[in-house]
Amino acid sequence: MEIDWGWIGEHTDSLTEHALTHLRLALFPVVFGLLISLPLGVLCRRWRWFYPPVLTAANVLYAIPSLALYMIFIQYTGLNESTVMIPLTLYSLSVLVPNVVDGLASVSEPVRQAATAVGFGTLRRLVQVEMPIAVPVVIAGVRVAAVSSISLVAIGQLIGQGGLGEDIFRGYQLNFPTQILAASVLIVLLALVTDALLVAVQWLLTPWARARGRAS
Amino acid sequence: MNKLWNQVDLSWQWLTASGQWHGEESIPHRLFQHLLYSGAALLFAALIGLALGLLVGHTGRGGFLAVSVANIARAVPTIGLVLLIVTVKYSITPQVIALVALAVPPILVNTFEGVRGVDPETRDAARGMGMSEWGVLWHAELPMALPLILLGLRTSAIQVVATATIVAYPGFGGLGRYIVDGLARNDYQLVVGGTVLVVLLAVAVQLLFAALRRFAVSPGLRGSARSS
Amino acid sequence: MITFEGVTKRYPDGTVALDDVSLECPTGKITVFVGTSGGGKTTALRTINRMVEPTGGRVLIDGRDVRDSRPAELRRGIGYVIQHAGLFPHRTIEDNIATVPYLLRWNKKKARETARELMERVGLDPGMAGRYPFQLSGGQQQRVGVARALAADPPVMLMDEPFSAVDPVVRGELQAEFLRLQAELHKTIVFVTHDIDEAIKLGDRIAVFRTGGKLVQVASPQELLSRPADDFVAGFIGHDRGIRRLSFIPAAEAPLTERDVLTAATPVATARAAGDWVLVVGEDRRPLGWAATGALPADGVLGEARLAPIGHTFTVGTDSVRAALDAAILSPSGRAVGVDGDGRLVGVADQHDLSAAITAAVNAAPEPADTEPADTEPAAVAEPADGLAPVDPVPVDGPEPGEPAPAEPASKDGVPD
Repeated sequence: MEIDWGWIGEHTDSLTEHALTHLRLALFPVVFGLLISLPLGVLCRRWRWFYPPVLTAANVLYAIPSLALYMIFIQYTGLNESTVMIPLTLYSLSVLVPNVVDGLASVSEPVRQAATAVGFGTLRRLVQVEMPIAVPVVIAGVRVAAVSSISLVAIGQLIGQGGLGEDIFRGYQLNFPTQILAASVLIVLLALVTDALLVAVQWLLTPWARARGRAS
Repeated sequence: MNKLWNQVDLSWQWLTASGQWHGEESIPHRLFQHLLYSGAALLFAALIGLALGLLVGHTGRGGFLAVSVANIARAVPTIGLVLLIVTVKYSITPQVIALVALAVPPILVNTFEGVRGVDPETRDAARGMGMSEWGVLWHAELPMALPLILLGLRTSAIQVVATATIVAYPGFGGLGRYIVDGLARNDYQLVVGGTVLVVLLAVAVQLLFAALRRFAVSPGLRGSARSS
Repeated sequence: MITFEGVTKRYPDGTVALDDVSLECPTGKITVFVGTSGGGKTTALRTINRMVEPTGGRVLIDGRDVRDSRPAELRRGIGYVIQHAGLFPHRTIEDNIATVPYLLRWNKKKARETARELMERVGLDPGMAGRYPFQLSGGQQQRVGVARALAADPPVMLMDEPFSAVDPVVRGELQAEFLRLQAELHKTIVFVTHDIDEAIKLGDRIAVFRTGGKLVQVASPQELLSRPADDFVAGFIGHDRGIRRLSFIPAAEAPLTERDVLTAATPVATARAAGDWVLVVGEDRRPLGWAATGALPADGVLGEARLAPIGHTFTVGTDSVRAALDAAILSPSGRAVGVDGDGRLVGVADQHDLSAAITAAVNAAPEPADTEPADTEPAAVAEPADGLAPVDPVPVDGPEPGEPAPAEPASKDGVPD
């Protein structure tokens, strides 16, 4: 297998464009997923009976091949970006909901009771105490969801919405490995950069963890 | 809602049609292929993931590197790897490599975390009583990490079972055949039927691992897991 | 005997965990390593079973360098108990206890029988054999930890803060049972604690470590209390070491009298002639209670009068002056009642009598070890009994052996207030 560096040089513009589309297709679903899983996770903590069925549903969703899920959604949403984004949102839920629940559960009982004792209401305690403490676990989930989302978008090309997936399938049809490889490597790079940014976000959001890291 | 019911009805009709149960194109044959690809991939992934995870977890060296590499591996688009391999060599065997790459990270990371998470006092006690390094690994770390290891294996198994469908795109077998052929022919019955089979297989994997956990994990660990 | 010869542990980053430590832990005795955190006491313990390899010096068990054995085999012959017990959560109690027998490839039946015997020995119901650690309380888990260390009957036991993680009541029980067990088993024990009270209660010998891995003093508990090597040791022991010392003066030293002791059959009229308080005893000389002479009924015998309870008594053969003093302070009459092993009256002493006895004992004892009641070993525990050169690195400015002990230990307390 030989890599045609010339081709890559000539196609930086289209690759960049596909990469940006790719990111949009991959990351909006994670944002939506987070917006849904935060309240859902809180509800699962409040009503414990609610969690097992939610978890089972998330696990089953995760088991549906993306290929098939895209196909099924074509019937409802047609051939547009939402047909890729809705399944990816559902996948991200299967990672994010358990992490939000675990994150909230990682708040120790003494901390919760102390917050109540100094007069925090339920909502205030949730926003000002429990959510911040849950940040590391939630972000760990967001990292996994974002990275898998970025790698899963490619298959969306089967319904015409694949970002860099377009180059993967084109390369296959033309029997041109360079294009497949270039697109795949770009996907991994996008995932790495996104992951690094999320680590930075966590660093910014949890100053107390920083201080502790330095002290030890 | 009507559409959804239609799909359920269609897939039921498809599943129960007698033609689906015999011959080269039959469900048992496709299922067998699917299990073969997934099983082989999972076996290799388990060997690699367990060996590396135990080694790194036990020695405590290279943990950051191993976890980072595993996370990068998660980002590799399986479809890209599958199609790339196909353009180089058209054969099912190397396709398994793409699935192995998909399955190693969860096993590796969970094994590592499981072994690292063993109470240092317990590890200290094991050494202090005269266990060899192998003994510490085998009698203390492995059984105590087992719940997490099984979780990692389960995640990998479900991902592999769901993702093995894409090897049908470049023309190989397995349950993905129905989905890819259904796409090509615009036959939704086929797509939905194939999807239902994959989901059923994934549910079976879940049940298998629930049974495995019951059978292999010490009640002493289950109890503490419940209480925490 | 465990011998440390100039043992040093220096980490690659320059930290010194042990600085030229030399001492001996006599066979069949409990040697307690005590000190501040970072003092190297745990490191010292861990050099014995090679969990830590010293960078200088050597450790010998019965004259044999520990480095002559492979670590795993060495450790199978040394019991090891740690703070949170470190039980295997995935193994049942009996399998936890049988860990070392399994490693030594005993057959399963014998290993489990041993485990069950040990459970009884450490005060656990053998019915719990099939349970898992998470089903046990902290104190019970710690008992399992001790049983596990004893399973292969090792001559040497290393115990690293084994009782620190349980509440004071349970700790007291565990300590008492540990001493009872040791009286039967006579293991050579090295015991690490940061709690000086525990050290004094359990130790036959105490080695005090200070920050930087320096061994400051090795002595018997009573010597440590009466003659701390320096201000550090004195400060570590605390303000009330004078009081603690009383634990080592036998109550028998106090003059006991039968003044104001009357039988229950004595007529009230006779009793009125005595002092303010009269101790009433039965026919069998068991004390019944205190009678206040001012509040006695008009007639009848003492047995019919209302008696104030005695509170607690002290046992003349075994209790210390500290127990006697305590009994005196709590008694309504201000006098302590001494009884023999069967609970029969031996005599009564008031606080003055006890105080005089204390002064006499402290002055009369050039070597405080002489007065130790429980220990049957010859006096000078600080000098190795087998005639080896003393390895005690001790006092820079401490009293020389043979120099009379300070008359008033409490006043020499080096702790600034």
